[in-house]
Amino acid sequence: MISYLIFVGTIAGFYSLLSLGLVKAWGQGGLVNLGLVGFVGLGAYTSALLSGAGYPIWIDWIAASAVSAAVGVALCFVVRNLRGDYLAIVTLGFAEILRLAETNEKWLTKGSDGISGIVAPLKNHLGDNFAVFYLVLTWVLVGIVAFVLNWLLRSPFGRALRAVRDDEQVAAVAGKSVLRLKLQAFGIGAALSGLGGALYAHFTSYIAPDVFITQLTIYIFLAVTVGGYTRLAGAVIGSLALIALLEATRFVAALVPGLDAVQIASLREFAIAVTLILVMQLRPDGAFRMSNERSGLGASRPGPDACYGKKAVLDDGT
Amino acid sequence: MLTDLLQYLVNGLIVGALIALPALGLTLIFSVLGFVNFSVAAQLTAGAYAGWLANTTLHLPLVPVLVIAFSVAGALGVVTDRIALAPIRRKPSAQTPLMVAVVSIALSMALESAYRFSFGSGLNSFDMPIARDMKIGGIRIGLQQLHNIEIAIGLAVLLALFFSLTKLGKAMRAVADNADLARLKGIEPVRLANLATFIGMGLAGVGGALLAIDTSVDPSTGSRLILLIFAGSVVGGLTSLPGAVAGALLMGVIGELGLLILPPVYQSLTAFVAILITLLARPGGIFSGASGVRK
Repeated sequence: MISYLIFVGTIAGFYSLLSLGLVKAWGQGGLVNLGLVGFVGLGAYTSALLSGAGYPIWIDWIAASAVSAAVGVALCFVVRNLRGDYLAIVTLGFAEILRLAETNEKWLTKGSDGISGIVAPLKNHLGDNFAVFYLVLTWVLVGIVAFVLNWLLRSPFGRALRAVRDDEQVAAVAGKSVLRLKLQAFGIGAALSGLGGALYAHFTSYIAPDVFITQLTIYIFLAVTVGGYTRLAGAVIGSLALIALLEATRFVAALVPGLDAVQIASLREFAIAVTLILVMQLRPDGAFRMSNERSGLGASRPGPDACYGKKAVLDDGT
Repeated sequence: MLTDLLQYLVNGLIVGALIALPALGLTLIFSVLGFVNFSVAAQLTAGAYAGWLANTTLHLPLVPVLVIAFSVAGALGVVTDRIALAPIRRKPSAQTPLMVAVVSIALSMALESAYRFSFGSGLNSFDMPIARDMKIGGIRIGLQQLHNIEIAIGLAVLLALFFSLTKLGKAMRAVADNADLARLKGIEPVRLANLATFIGMGLAGVGGALLAIDTSVDPSTGSRLILLIFAGSVVGGLTSLPGAVAGALLMGVIGELGLLILPPVYQSLTAFVAILITLLARPGGIFSGASGVRK
């Protein structure tokens, strides 16, 4: 039981890293990244391949973050002028293409068999204590990342980023380099996804294209939305809520008699998707609303809202 | 060589004609409701399953099967839209189109897992007579595939007639063109939104059923195609119905011709590249005029 909790806690740490990245890019920067899982996979494969080639693990992890960040910045640069829902299509497609490459470039990734036997750090020395060590390591990283992001978001950089999110034109008029801020936010988000993927790869010692599917992106969107998609603390708490839900559905589904493995897995996925829909409907601001980020205009302002992009969503009246 | 090329062209048109139906649906919903509905994928699969059930349990022939596929996918589309997406659309904010898009992915995932729960992950084939492929001047084409093209064209024509001749169709175009002006004229948006969703998802359902007759249906039938469907719709400009058909046919042909240089597994890559290039270079679709006028 203890080892199960340690395992689940470690996974929650990975989710927290991904959620922090998404809060950074989406919540604070306004850049949706539906291809999040693509960057997770990129980091995981980079790290696994480098460690397979004999490089030490800390270099693998830095490289994983760097590769994901670089690809993220490049993608963000290409799509810099796209509005939100178009960005959603492109990022979603991008992750799909990455997964195709993972599946089919067998010379590099071993295809759908996946890469197994990925080295775990210090596993030989630690023996049974490895699981605890990795749990602590993961959460220390989460702590460091949260601390640094928090510092970043309080800095002028963070304010400028939120200005870009809320109104690009105003930010540009105020002399902020909109493009650079966007690239930084998206790049940091991608780097964190890559780091999360790398940690995952060395923890389970096995990765395959099937691990990095759109479902994971939806999971992280759920975590971030539950916690309030602009808040760092919300990302961590949302990740804990996500893992609680994921594991709870596992037990509940097992209670129903006569279900096969496929049906149990479907039930869990169904539960996650429905929860995301409900959360979006009932509390789109999450548990932690934006409190201290608006300027001193007092009451909630209508914002640039309805004229977003070229076309407003049809209002259903009632 | 020339026959090879022609064969690719014909294959591409066959794929494109099938993709055209869900692409039309996506475009219709985006035009009238103003958001990208990713759950087209799940409704396509719904149509395929409905058609498969009607065909294998009730032994219905092609046309009733397609009617059932249309109705089931359309009805499911409207119901899920009202339950899952409409409450989010009502909140006016800059993030709304995006939020609805994200939720529509979750909706698609929920439906897909429901199919997997009910029918398992296996491939299900229709019980239709298999006709021998015809050969016209060295080019091979299946009878069913020929039917598919005819049906796709027929539906597109029907849709065009509906939009140009009926009052409802005109009202829908008015909403697509300018929702505020349409409301001033007393056009009621909720009913139109439902109708657009019904027709759009119904088209996706027919596309799914035709596709499944040609191959088979499993829970991921729709989500495997979503990139290609989007490519058709985006290349056509996302708000133009004729554009969606042309875009889908173009994507079908490009995808097949891409096989000359790409391994078949990378067919989605052409779709992705097409989406990217279109959105970057001509967000109004490649058929828009130089001035960017779309409608």
